[in-house]
Amino acid sequence: MFKNSRNFWVGSAAAFVIYVVIQLLFNQGVLNDVAESTIILICINIILAVSLNLINGFTGQFSMGHAGFMSVGAYMSAILTLDFNVPFPVALIAGGCLAAVFGMMIGIPSLRLKGDYLAMATLGFGEIIRIVLLNTEYVGGASGLSGIPTQSSWTWVFVFTFLTVVLISNFVNSIHGKACIAIRENEIAAEAMGINTTQYKVIAFVIGAFFAGVAGGLSAHKFYVITPTSFNFIKSFEILVIVVLGGLGSTSGAILGAIVLTLLFTWLQDFPEIRMIIYSLVLILMMIFRPSGLLGTREFTLDLFKRKGKKSDESVRSSS
Amino acid sequence: MDYIIQQIINGISVGSIYALIALGYTMVYGIIKLINFAHGDVFMVGSFVGLFTAKILAAQGFPPMVVFIGALIISMTASAVLGVVIERTAYKPLRKVSRIAVLITAVGVSFLLENGGIYILGPQAKGFPEILEKQQFNLFGSVQVDSNQVMILVVTVILMVVLQYIVHFTKTGKAMRAVSYDLEAARLMGINVDRTISYTFAIGSALAAAAGVIFGMTYNSVDPLMGVIPGLKAFVAAVLGGIGSVPGALVGGLLLGVIETGVTSVGYSLWRDGVVFAVLILILIFRPSGLFGKNVREKV
Repeated sequence: MFKNSRNFWVGSAAAFVIYVVIQLLFNQGVLNDVAESTIILICINIILAVSLNLINGFTGQFSMGHAGFMSVGAYMSAILTLDFNVPFPVALIAGGCLAAVFGMMIGIPSLRLKGDYLAMATLGFGEIIRIVLLNTEYVGGASGLSGIPTQSSWTWVFVFTFLTVVLISNFVNSIHGKACIAIRENEIAAEAMGINTTQYKVIAFVIGAFFAGVAGGLSAHKFYVITPTSFNFIKSFEILVIVVLGGLGSTSGAILGAIVLTLLFTWLQDFPEIRMIIYSLVLILMMIFRPSGLLGTREFTLDLFKRKGKKSDESVRSSS
Repeated sequence: MDYIIQQIINGISVGSIYALIALGYTMVYGIIKLINFAHGDVFMVGSFVGLFTAKILAAQGFPPMVVFIGALIISMTASAVLGVVIERTAYKPLRKVSRIAVLITAVGVSFLLENGGIYILGPQAKGFPEILEKQQFNLFGSVQVDSNQVMILVVTVILMVVLQYIVHFTKTGKAMRAVSYDLEAARLMGINVDRTISYTFAIGSALAAAAGVIFGMTYNSVDPLMGVIPGLKAFVAAVLGGIGSVPGALVGGLLLGVIETGVTSVGYSLWRDGVVFAVLILILIFRPSGLFGKNVREKV
């Protein structure tokens, strides 16, 4: 997203302006509680989508267990604040760290698997986490944990969303990120060029899982109650759909996808009977007419606004 | 000993259902490399068509055997048509794009069938009529088999034999094998690839529908979300046996059924699904091509 430092600073300033404006709107009472929930949900989905995009979009490792990482972070941070009175941000980061450990555990089998097989293995892994939670009395079993303090304020959610986007886009633009992209493009060639594919695949899983865990913690501390069922593979699909719809391999695409789909979902709440039918039709039609997602692998940068000539020049080059 | 044999028999009858669904996965995956997530929901639709057909036929006063075979054939036909319609409208436009987009489409179709089912039929479970009266047979000792389990096995074996015949001795089957071996080369040799893929979907969906009718008769209850878990497990069965292999799907399904019943019978029924996924991960790590799969070297 931040191809150069100018983009980075302009992006950060824009994010800060968005933060202040929304905070003012809350203070003035222009945005009600429903709007606040929606905005926080958008941010949580942005964290999930951007982190999954690192694994799926940039490294090309097809993971479908993101809800599993999310649940690890959610449960860990909820237990820490509930039973041990740990401060909220520390609990979030601890949740993220535990999720990262799970990410490493999933990353290791991924060294032997690729494509659909990896997808199924990660899906199975996520489901196993869910079943273990379901059968553990300490975390409430099927009824889950409730009474979690609602501490995910707009400020906290914004801070963590901002950090996620900055850290992941900087990672992607670093030399390590280029290595990840090389693995996505052609694993064998990347290995032949001396990239330690094993190491980078595990790194992608660990970073992705960490932020998914943080997002899980944020959502647990927003919605007061967590159950194992809220982190089943349908949740993983939801995140995957956001990423694919936004454009695999584009951080700004993931953000755009999270905003569009969360708004669509919130809007569809008004039609409970046909909500999922419309949603699935949108999915199918989107994929048929725009299979590479809204942005493809392109990033939304400032250059998009000016110097049209340069842009068309680039598109000619990339198509040739 | 009797207890173990009894559990194995129960496991085989559950496993036959998985095997029938797994065949659809394995054939579709073998041909277009797509995990057809909507397959479990085709199974659900098949079950409902069977339910309504059985009710209508039974109301006309037909004998039970005719009702059963009628329900089976009509639901298989309807699901075959559904499978082809899904393939033509949702998957065919996506032949050339990335696999992940097709996968999302498959999930979309799956959601559409599930929620369309809830919208039309309501979310509650419906009772499946008892078409064939259940009878218990004593084999030896305390081992028992009921007529339903015999029926499951007979239907599964007949369908497998028919499928083996289609795949190995007909022109369509030959085309299917050719397309799954190399789609582009098959096209160059004059095989109508699109038609072959449609046939594959039709056959797979028909088998899933048969499994749906049998499932309804075994558990006496069907609902619009019933396809999700058996669908996933059947996929595990297909991977276990080696995806793309017809006998593999049969063995994988039966094995999975036996493992599942075994876990339940030692008192860990809550962990049943967890064990299934653990088996999946272990198989993928240690023998990714499955028990019957060929080990394909990656070309550089």
